[in-house]
Amino acid sequence: MDILFLLVPLSVVLVFAVIAVFWWALQRGQFDNIEREGERILRNDG
Amino acid sequence: MSATTQAGTNAVYNDSVVRWFAVASVVYGVVGMLVGVIIAAQLTWPELNMGIEWLTYGRLRPLHTNAVIFAFGGSVLFATSYYVVQRTCQTTLFGGKLAWFTFIGWNLALIAAVITLPLGISSGKEYAELEWPIDILIAVTWVAYAIVFFGTVGTRKVKHIYVANWFFGAFIIAVALLHIVNSAAIPVNLTKSYSAYAGVQDAMVQWWYGHNAVGFFLTAAFLGMMYYFIPKQAERPVYSYRLSIVHFWALIFTYMWAGPHHLHYTALPDWTQSVGMVFSLILLAPSWGGMINGIMTLSGAWHKLRDDPILRFLIVSLSFYGMSTFEGPMMSIKTVNALSHYTDWTVGHVHSGALGWVGLVSMGSLYYLIPRLFGQKKMYSVPAIELHFWTATIGIVLYIAAMWIAGVMQGLMWRSINPDGSLTYTFVESVKATFPFYVIRLLGGALYLFGMVVMLWNVVMTARQGRIEPVRIPAVNPAHA
Repeated sequence: MDILFLLVPLSVVLVFAVIAVFWWALQRGQFDNIEREGERILRNDG
Repeated sequence: MSATTQAGTNAVYNDSVVRWFAVASVVYGVVGMLVGVIIAAQLTWPELNMGIEWLTYGRLRPLHTNAVIFAFGGSVLFATSYYVVQRTCQTTLFGGKLAWFTFIGWNLALIAAVITLPLGISSGKEYAELEWPIDILIAVTWVAYAIVFFGTVGTRKVKHIYVANWFFGAFIIAVALLHIVNSAAIPVNLTKSYSAYAGVQDAMVQWWYGHNAVGFFLTAAFLGMMYYFIPKQAERPVYSYRLSIVHFWALIFTYMWAGPHHLHYTALPDWTQSVGMVFSLILLAPSWGGMINGIMTLSGAWHKLRDDPILRFLIVSLSFYGMSTFEGPMMSIKTVNALSHYTDWTVGHVHSGALGWVGLVSMGSLYYLIPRLFGQKKMYSVPAIELHFWTATIGIVLYIAAMWIAGVMQGLMWRSINPDGSLTYTFVESVKATFPFYVIRLLGGALYLFGMVVMLWNVVMTARQGRIEPVRIPAVNPAHA
């Protein structure tokens, strides 16, 4: 099952990438005041 | 109708490419579902291939799956992701003509599929049958898609990235990765190649691709649509925006290892099968979290379901999503799989997801989108939407109920053993016993196709009476900038 030496590390790299993006979103305030964001799309839209 | 990217009140959304993808998706839907009905008829009455090699089941079946998943589903996703990312980021599409390049590239790949698959040119990998030159075209188109999408998110005028865009973004990245790894092949000539992987290694890569394609192409991306079009159509914010964020991160963290459940009781190592089963069971939690979140958006406004057929499409799609994401983990349990695998139960499960979830949420979103793309308030005929909804729903129920019964019956017949250890039934006896259910399935599929034809008529009529007007990008509320 040599293929697992590709797929398993790939998954691990992906999980770290997901954590990095999550961290980025957290630091950039993407999750601040989030309930109002659900309403925004209903107010101003083309 | 090229849009300018300059900030200001004169900027307009780039809706022309959205319009083309939206109309194309409806046409492809009719074609793909028609091929599906034809092969359902062939399974019932095999003589219907009329002895013509191009019309045999083995060649039309990949044409059906490619047409409904990549032509219909893919075009819906291009249309809705381009629409949603512009609206929620309050900016036009990034990259100017690059969006048109994705339309041309995607459609060229689809036309190539329509020609090569009936000719028998196939790499033989399920849901990835197209040969290497088409795979390269798809990869190039996909990179352009990523540039347009992420460029638009990057040049957004509002600070927050709406949850739908996270789902679309994850879908675009994951599909690029899956496609490139799974399609790796050594070409022999222009129309023939051999997979870079062999034997069980190839099977593992194939189902790593196959199931994650279900997860990211047919689930994550359509969830992105759900999180935009249900709130818009219901005119209410999603039930819990916080839960939608949790839904997204939980889903992408846990998805990648469900694939081995397609290879239970094969040469794949036992522990790998068990890992696939455990991850499949875990997926029930984020799936149902998202399903409940979508349905509860109507909390306090349930009457809208009675009056609004578009909302009914969207909400019923979620109930099929809930059903198939419960059924899937159950079928991934090895003991259940021992009964269900290789039977028509699997076919029923796939179609409860495909017709029920992907199909209905696409149709509901298109019914929201298409009038707006043609400067109309609503579709040409609302009763026709009602008719579509009921024919589609009854069609799905007939289809999946027939396949459940057929599948369990087949599983029980195949495993039935006489006291002396010999098999009770020959294989052909199970085929014969399945005949009535194949007839019912054909009827269900034909009803579903009929609904799609009604939709195409409705779309043509809406487009004919419509006027194409550029939509201006509204000024950004400073509180959100």
